[in-house]
Amino acid sequence: MEVKKFTGGISIPHYKSFTEHKEIKEASLPGELIIPLLQHTGAPNEPLVKVGDKVKAGQKIGETDKFVSAPIHASLSGTVTAIEPRSYLTGQMVNSIVIAVDEKQDELELSDVDVETVTKEEVVNAIKEAGIVGMGGAAFPTAVKLSPPPDKEIDALIINGCECEPFLTCDHRLMLEKPEELLRGIELIMKMLSVDKAYLCIEDNKDDAIEAVRQKNTNPQIVLLRMPTKYPQGSEKHLVKAALDREIPSGGLPFDVGAIIQNVGTCVAIYEAVRYKKPLIERVVTVTGQNLNDPQNLMVKIGTPIGHLIEECGGIVKEPAKVVIGGPMTGKAQQNLGVPVVKGTTGVIVLPPDMAIEDMEYYDCVRCCKCVEHCPMLLYPNQLSIFCEAKMIEEADEWNALDCIECGICAYVCPSKRPIVQLIQRTKPLIREMQSKK
Amino acid sequence: MEMDKKLVVSSSPHIRSIDSVQSVMTDVLIALFPVALMAVLLFGYQALLTMAISVATAMLVEALWLKKKDIFSDGSAAVTGLLFAMVLPPAAPWWLVVIGTAMAIIIGKQVFGGIGYNIFNPALVGRAIVAVSWGSHMVGTVWSSPEPFAFGADISAVTTATPLAGEAQAQAVTLAQLFVGNVPGCLGETSAFALLVGAAWLFYKGHIDWRVPVGFIGTVFVLGILLGGGFYENHLLTGLFHVLAGGVMLGALFMATDMVTSPVTSIGKLIFGIGCGLITILIRLWGTMPEGVTFAILMMNALTPIIDNFTVPKQFGGVKKSA
Repeated sequence: MEVKKFTGGISIPHYKSFTEHKEIKEASLPGELIIPLLQHTGAPNEPLVKVGDKVKAGQKIGETDKFVSAPIHASLSGTVTAIEPRSYLTGQMVNSIVIAVDEKQDELELSDVDVETVTKEEVVNAIKEAGIVGMGGAAFPTAVKLSPPPDKEIDALIINGCECEPFLTCDHRLMLEKPEELLRGIELIMKMLSVDKAYLCIEDNKDDAIEAVRQKNTNPQIVLLRMPTKYPQGSEKHLVKAALDREIPSGGLPFDVGAIIQNVGTCVAIYEAVRYKKPLIERVVTVTGQNLNDPQNLMVKIGTPIGHLIEECGGIVKEPAKVVIGGPMTGKAQQNLGVPVVKGTTGVIVLPPDMAIEDMEYYDCVRCCKCVEHCPMLLYPNQLSIFCEAKMIEEADEWNALDCIECGICAYVCPSKRPIVQLIQRTKPLIREMQSKK
Repeated sequence: MEMDKKLVVSSSPHIRSIDSVQSVMTDVLIALFPVALMAVLLFGYQALLTMAISVATAMLVEALWLKKKDIFSDGSAAVTGLLFAMVLPPAAPWWLVVIGTAMAIIIGKQVFGGIGYNIFNPALVGRAIVAVSWGSHMVGTVWSSPEPFAFGADISAVTTATPLAGEAQAQAVTLAQLFVGNVPGCLGETSAFALLVGAAWLFYKGHIDWRVPVGFIGTVFVLGILLGGGFYENHLLTGLFHVLAGGVMLGALFMATDMVTSPVTSIGKLIFGIGCGLITILIRLWGTMPEGVTFAILMMNALTPIIDNFTVPKQFGGVKKSA
C-alpha cells in the first residue's frame, strides 16, 4: 500500500548498530525493586500492601478506583521494605513501593485462556487487571485508550513499530522475536474495537522485522506498511498522516480522525495479559550507548534500578557520562542510577563525555531556518525560541507554541545551539495559565 | 547506589547535529573559493589584494567592535568581507575597500545588534555606501577588462564599460564569455561557472534553499525575454544575457540567499526571489544605473519581515491564522 508522507522531519544518525542484532536476554535479578505508585498518565495508585508484607511475583500491590489509571504489581517475590518517595525518571520524587527481592523465585503462575473465544469485555478486563499502559514511552493507560468516547467512530487501528528514536531497538527485537504474539495481540485489539483494518507500521531500516512479521501474518486485515526512515515517524500525529493521510486537528487526538494507535510492545503485553493473565511486570529495555561496555536488549523486571542494568552491561566506560532514559531526542537525563525502570521505559542510554555537555553555550538565532524546514508540526521554532526566551507569552501562544510536540529536531539542527525545546517546554505552562485567566 | 558516578544532566535532545554557525560560515567561504580563484585568474594579483584587505578589515573591525580576541570567531565577518570584495571593481583603491568593509560590518551589521539581527545584507550595505559616495570608482569607465593571467599588469589602464552599459557594450561580449567570466565586471560576479560550482556546495550542504535563486534568476530570465530589448534577435538569448551579465548570478546565489536577511517561510523565499528579479530588471531597463542587483536585494531585505508575516502557513493540524 502506498504510504503518504508528512512534511518536515529529518534523517538523523541511527546509532542502532550497538544492539539491533542482539537477541533479547533475561536480565539478572536485582537485589531491590522500586515500584512507583504513579508511572503512567493519570491518577496515582494507593498501596495494597504495607511495610513488612511478603509479596509474590505478579501480585497486585497498588490500585485506585479512579478511571484513568493502571494498577501495579510486584515483579518478583520478596518483602516490602519501604513505601516512600524515591527518585523517578522525571527528576521528581514519586511515592514508591520498595521490595527486597527473595533470592529464590517461584515460577510465575499463568493461566491459559482460549483467545479465539474471549469476549470484548474479557479483553478490556484483562488489560485493566494487567496494568497495561502504552509501552512506547507515553504510558497512557491502555484500557482507557481502547475505550474511546461513543461518539468517536473508530475505523482504523495503527500499530506503531517505527521506533524512530536513535539507539532504541527494543521494539525491533520484539517484532523479530515475537511476531506471532504481536499479530495475535493486534487481532485482540481489532476485535475489541470492532475495526476491520489494522496497519502495522515499521520503518524501512528494520526490514528483517518486516520480513519476520510478513512470514507469520495470515490475516489480510492486518496490513504491513513499510515506512520511510525519518524522525519523528513514530509520533502519533505523523503516523496517522503517513498511514491514513488524515490530519489530527490541533489539540486533538487520533480518535478525532477515527484512528487508535498502539505500540508493538503494548500489543504483545495485551496478548500475554489475555492469554496467560500475565500482569505487566517486565518489558524489553535497550541498554546501550557508546559509553557502555556491552550494550544489550534486556527483558527487565519493572522496578529494577537502571544502575543494575548498566552494571549488567559491563558498566560505564568513561566519566563524565550522561545517562538518558528513553531515546536521545526526547528522553530524560538522570541524576542518579537508583531510578527504576517503569512500564514506559524503552531504553537506558549511556552517552560518552563528548556528548555529555551540561549547559551548551548558545548564541543568537541567525535565521538559518533549518528548524523551520524540519519542524514536523510546521511551526516556527526560531521565532518561538526568541519569544519564549524573552517571556513574550502571548506571542508564543500566537505562534502556536502549544502545538509543539517537543520532538527535539529544532534544537538538534540549530547551528546556534539554542535550547529551543527547553525554552518552549518552560513556556507552555505559562501559556495555559494565561489562557485560563482569560 | 552508585550515587558517586559523575553524571551530567541537561535537557533533551541529547544528540546534536555537528553544524554550527562557524561551520556554516566556513562552508560559505569554501563555496566562495572557486569564485575567488576565478577572480584572481581573471583580474590578477590586485583581486587577491582586494580580497585580503577586505577580509582582514572585516574581521578586525568586528573583533574591535565586539571586543573579542578570537578574530575569526563565528566566521561571519570573514564571509561579509569576502562577499564585499566580490562586488568591487578590480581597480578599487585600497582605502575604498577598507572604508566599505568597515561600513558593511558597522552600519550593515553591528548597529542592528550583530549577526541575526541585521535587516540588510551587510556586504551590499557596504557596496551601496561606496557606490553612492565614490561613484566614479564604482561605475562607468573603471570597469576593468579582464586580462587572464595578467599578473602584475596595471589593470586600471585597461578599463572598459560593463556589458550592461548599453547595446554596444552588450554586443562586444558573447554569452560563452559571460558564462566563463572573461568580461568586464566586479571581481566575483563575472564567472557564472565559478558561482554555480560554489553554490552547488551550499546546496549539497543544505545551507541554501532553491526558492530564492530560482525565483530571482527565473524572473530575470522571463522578464529579460519579454522586456529585455533587442540585444539578440533570439529573445531567449536576451533573457539569458540578462541572467549571465552583471551581478544576477552572484546576487541570486550568494547575496539574496543570506539567511539572516531573507524570509523564513518557503513561499516567502519564492516571493523574495521573484521580487529581487523584478526590481533588478526594472532598474536595468528604466533606472539611471546600468545595474540593479544591489538595490533590488536591499529593497527586498527591507520587505522581508512583511513577507514573513503574510506567508505564515498553518501549523500541522491547525487553521490558518495571520500571526
